[in-house]
Amino acid sequence: MQITDEIIDQIAELAKLKFEGEEKEAIKGDLNNIVHFMDKLREVDTEGVEPLISMVEDENDMREDVIGNEISKEAALKNAPSKNSDYFKIPKVLDKTGE
Amino acid sequence: MVENSSFSSQKELFDKGTLSVEECVNSFLNKINERNNLNAFLEVYSEEAIRRAKEIDQKIKAGNQGRLAGMVIGLKDNIAFKGHKFSASSKILEGFESQFSATAVERLLNEDAIIIGRLNCDEFAMGSSNENSAYGPVSNHLNEDYVPGGSSGGSTVAVGAGMCHVALGSDTGGSIRQPASFTGTVGFKPTYGRISRYGLIAYASSFDQIGPFSNSIEDAALVSEIMMGKDEFDSTLSNKEVPNLSDLNTHSVKRIAYIKEIFEDDGLDQEIKNQCNQLIEKLKSEGFEVEEVSFPYLDKLVPAYYVLTTAEASSNLSRFDGVHYGHQSKNAEGIDEIYKLSRSEGFGPEVKRRIMTGTFVLSHGFYDAYYSQGQKVRRVIRDKTNEIFQSYDMIIGPTTPTTAFKKNAVKDPITMYLQDIYTVHSNLSGNPSISIPFKNHSENNMPYGIQLMADHFEEKDLLAFSKYLSTIID
Repeated sequence: MQITDEIIDQIAELAKLKFEGEEKEAIKGDLNNIVHFMDKLREVDTEGVEPLISMVEDENDMREDVIGNEISKEAALKNAPSKNSDYFKIPKVLDKTGE
Repeated sequence: MVENSSFSSQKELFDKGTLSVEECVNSFLNKINERNNLNAFLEVYSEEAIRRAKEIDQKIKAGNQGRLAGMVIGLKDNIAFKGHKFSASSKILEGFESQFSATAVERLLNEDAIIIGRLNCDEFAMGSSNENSAYGPVSNHLNEDYVPGGSSGGSTVAVGAGMCHVALGSDTGGSIRQPASFTGTVGFKPTYGRISRYGLIAYASSFDQIGPFSNSIEDAALVSEIMMGKDEFDSTLSNKEVPNLSDLNTHSVKRIAYIKEIFEDDGLDQEIKNQCNQLIEKLKSEGFEVEEVSFPYLDKLVPAYYVLTTAEASSNLSRFDGVHYGHQSKNAEGIDEIYKLSRSEGFGPEVKRRIMTGTFVLSHGFYDAYYSQGQKVRRVIRDKTNEIFQSYDMIIGPTTPTTAFKKNAVKDPITMYLQDIYTVHSNLSGNPSISIPFKNHSENNMPYGIQLMADHFEEKDLLAFSKYLSTIID
């Protein structure tokens, strides 16, 4: 398995991260080494083994689905970098100049 | 261990009134100030701690104090405390203030513990040397040229250097036990599902576990007992009854295993190996049945750990989007750039590496070969571990292959990942595990720990046997 520029671009897009120049070369090199290291797992014979998906031996213990432990709107918005009195704010999504 | 800064050694003084809680808090504050250069604390809650100490002194006088009256605790900066700053040592959470407290913290406060500050760690608990913090590395208090281990480096140094009685950490692959080994403290990771993860910033949710650092096994037992048990905000918690862990006098351990592959590992320091072998001989002479067992997956543990934890991390850390909280890029135009630039500016290199690795193993075309195979290997590892515990009560071995290393000495990510080779086992299998102080190495005079692992939910035996073991280590 060889990690290419194309794979880095594709994974970075999925991960919503941006790598350019030296940083991109570095992450490509690191990912190559890490993936090579993880390739060791193929040596384990897992024929007929089911993936272990949950560490909980009993069933998950759900509480009643009733509203509780609310925090106020002010508290919920307190840490937002950009907001008005009711909403989180983001820059304009629609570009009106058109394409 | 610094015996005089354990709560268990001071409790009687508080109860008799020979030492006030306020005096105790002040002496910790002095020590924090004196050793400020270690960079263990990100923030110290001096006034608040003194104010609370006065209240608790009153409660003690009135005789209506909680079980932790007088205990002073530091929190790793990934465990929430309402109304206080909270960053996971990351720039992406700069200025963030917690809107609620972790369940574990609530329970400690209800028993009159005092929270003295928040502690430096590797960013999002990702690291083994505490060199990945956005707020600078933590130094080992025993020799400042050395790392304290990670990711809970600030927590272990705060306890080891006598800046608080107990510190909370989190252990995803060894982040409590490895630093404990590097600094001569007790570090305890309970069974997965024992302590609520509500209020712990998630790194890898099927691995993460909160646990204590302390200067006595009594303290580790007491705070764990108080933190454990059902919580409606964590559905993965076990229904099993929490045992009376504080009673350390009796254990039922008879048969002990040690893993052949660890003792044959080229990476294991010769002196540490010899000392472990001597301890095993001593246990035999004390009447225990101690036997070698084979665990043929030693070299698969860290790769399995990285496949699964990075996958979970890539998902957990997607919540840091630059919109709802935390750092928002000033240079971004449009929503996609908000995400990409805020995250790229806010996360450090190791966190980005793990998000990229995790996204890779989960992506179309690689999922089966890596992620799914990792989950299958995890089952193989857990089943083999369960098989060992059908015949043995305890697994014993070194916590770490070496003592602490010097700062900037380990630069290659994979070499760093292999620091956790003996500790990740119990996170993959979910077992409880502890590191207790063992010896100092003759070459650098730095400490190293001995690790014990028990069957799921057998913390009572694990802690009581640790107590016994600490009495036969000379």
